[in-house]
Amino acid sequence: MRHIVSILIENEAGALSRVVGLFSARGYNIETLTVAPTEDKSLSRMTIVTSGSDEVIEQITKQLNRLIDVVKVVDLTESPYNERELMLIKVRATGKEREEMKRMTDIFRGRIIDVSEKTYTIELTGDGGKLDAFIDALDRASILETVRTGSSGIARGERVLKV
Amino acid sequence: MELTGAEIVVRCLQEEGVEHLFGYPGGAVLYIYDAIYSQDKVEHILVRHEQAAVHAADAYSRSTEKVGVCLVTSGPGVTNAVTGIATAYMDSIPMVILSGQVPTHAIGEDAFQECDTVGITRPCVKHNFLVKDVKDLAATIKKAFHIAASGRPGPVLVDIPKDVSRNKCRFDYPKSVSMRSYNPVTRGHQGQLKKAVSLLLGAERPMIYTGGGVILANAAPELNRMVDLLGFPVTNTLMGLGGYRASDPKFVGMPGMHGTYEANMAMQHCDVLIAVGARFDDRVIGNPKHFAQNPRKIVHIDIDPSSISKRVKVDVPIVGDVRETLIELTTMLEDGLAAGQKQNTLGLEAWWKQIAEWRRKDCLKYKGSDEVIKPQFVVEKLWEVTGGDAFVTSDVGQHQMFAAQFYRFDKPRRWINSGGLGTMGVGLPYAMGVLKAHPEAQVACVTGEGSIQMCIQELSTCKQYGLPVKIVNLNNRYLGMVRQWQEIEYGSRYSQSYMDALPDFVALAEAYGHVGIRVEKPADVEPALRDAFGKYKDRLVFLDFITDQTENVWPMVQGGKGLTEMLLGAEDL
Repeated sequence: MRHIVSILIENEAGALSRVVGLFSARGYNIETLTVAPTEDKSLSRMTIVTSGSDEVIEQITKQLNRLIDVVKVVDLTESPYNERELMLIKVRATGKEREEMKRMTDIFRGRIIDVSEKTYTIELTGDGGKLDAFIDALDRASILETVRTGSSGIARGERVLKV
Repeated sequence: MELTGAEIVVRCLQEEGVEHLFGYPGGAVLYIYDAIYSQDKVEHILVRHEQAAVHAADAYSRSTEKVGVCLVTSGPGVTNAVTGIATAYMDSIPMVILSGQVPTHAIGEDAFQECDTVGITRPCVKHNFLVKDVKDLAATIKKAFHIAASGRPGPVLVDIPKDVSRNKCRFDYPKSVSMRSYNPVTRGHQGQLKKAVSLLLGAERPMIYTGGGVILANAAPELNRMVDLLGFPVTNTLMGLGGYRASDPKFVGMPGMHGTYEANMAMQHCDVLIAVGARFDDRVIGNPKHFAQNPRKIVHIDIDPSSISKRVKVDVPIVGDVRETLIELTTMLEDGLAAGQKQNTLGLEAWWKQIAEWRRKDCLKYKGSDEVIKPQFVVEKLWEVTGGDAFVTSDVGQHQMFAAQFYRFDKPRRWINSGGLGTMGVGLPYAMGVLKAHPEAQVACVTGEGSIQMCIQELSTCKQYGLPVKIVNLNNRYLGMVRQWQEIEYGSRYSQSYMDALPDFVALAEAYGHVGIRVEKPADVEPALRDAFGKYKDRLVFLDFITDQTENVWPMVQGGKGLTEMLLGAEDL
């Protein structure tokens, strides 16, 4: 089962490597990982997409809580949540492809953020599935480069992850 | 007044009440050694290898309840210390390791004796710090002691660059520590405790299974009280020996791979199991699928939530300090009994009968001999000669299991061994740490000719500090446990487990200025031990017992097997 684990962690040097080291040392899986400081600069918020049985996910949250720098851990997938990922994708855009790319971008509600004679750079957000669908909709040969951030997640409604 | 970082380090140790510091100097810690030189509150013990400094500090902690402290230099000083740190980490021993680091401006430049200490030690410490500014030094050391000793204890490393130990600032030692990210739970959940009470009082075939957590929490008196109140059978793991007094009939021996028949059978066939400060380790319960075959209710008390339901699903998890939780639980049990709740006495009677039957297997029996020294016999005699009251350190292998099976510990913190990591070579430095903490105590290091050679250089440290360790070397000229596995599981192909060209241990001991005694006949075992603890009381004595080469440790649960699939002896092969 796919789970999204959100972590509030002290914004200290090496904190990220403690989390990543824990995952590799115990054989847990990381599909994506995003991290950045929060509005309170002394804290970082991390979102890890992982997978495993309920027992494994329980151990992951317990092991994360053991880390001295970790302030709070929640499994977002336990209740409703929103999830978004950002992708920047550079595509070939020449001749009649140029119009086609623009149309696809509009259909997926993306934005073209850079234009050159032969290329477009498109910005697209959504959950991972939407970004995959966009890539699948393009001709593989026209994709020059992609970069994805991995998922960020937040609970729906009034639930918050705060100190 | 401003102090240098080095002076601050020493003042912090004094503030923490540290009396002994095990270490080895080197370039990056020279300011700190200079500060040690000009004071006499903290005694420094100079070892011969950094690994031994960590082991000695580790045993200092295991045999007391204090935080063990050691000091090593950067680079190789730290990498040599890693085995010791990992050993302490696996057994949750509270320690502070101070390490030197190259100056802050040189970090990352592949400087002489530089290594990424924080990176290398990260997976084997509870926490670690790199101090980049002398102003943070005192507060960091305070935090290190706090983290090491609280919650589930463990080693904490503080890496101190050379310029930080030279720079000056005002010294102000914090009185307390508050960390928003670290607040271990100490009090067990009331609802869960109530569930535990009703399970325990209603149990027909109860079993109490306790581990190193009882020792670490200083909860042995509380455990003894609870067991005596309930009258249940109790087993202590390798890490938990001495948690309950082994001389009491309610003690059924150690469980696990080399545990007793009765302990393993009772673990498997009980209807209510209460685990206290234990973690259902693979060496204790064997194959978890086999273990789960028998239905039983499990109550698990542990300070660390991640130990609960890790290998075995439990019914009543109780997260809390083992000592406080046992006090509370026992009071609730007493109240329940006083209010007229009844134990299942008929069930209990039948259960004890069953246990007595299992006991009659006499699973630890071995064939005595007048010709060749049996290792079990040496441990039994050691127990007799020391009145069962020695501190016993061990290395890792057959001798460790013989010591655990045959030296019956009645008190906690008397049995000092590497249970989790299984580190050969700990025995002698462990004995040094114990003797610094208890200078008047009888301290025996039960070891083998393989293990002892892994830290043999510490014979020199023992000479310098006059540490009268009694080394009980069970010398069978084999890496015994490896040989045993090869005999049982690898068709008796003894690949690299025979040790040729052993030193003359008697001459070696004498070369270091100690007493060496070789013992080759069973009749000489006891007199030699009596000499060691009598005539040579104040000397280190290296007793080289030439033992039976083919003796194996029984019973044995082979790796991957179920707990009750025991081999009781060679006849079961």
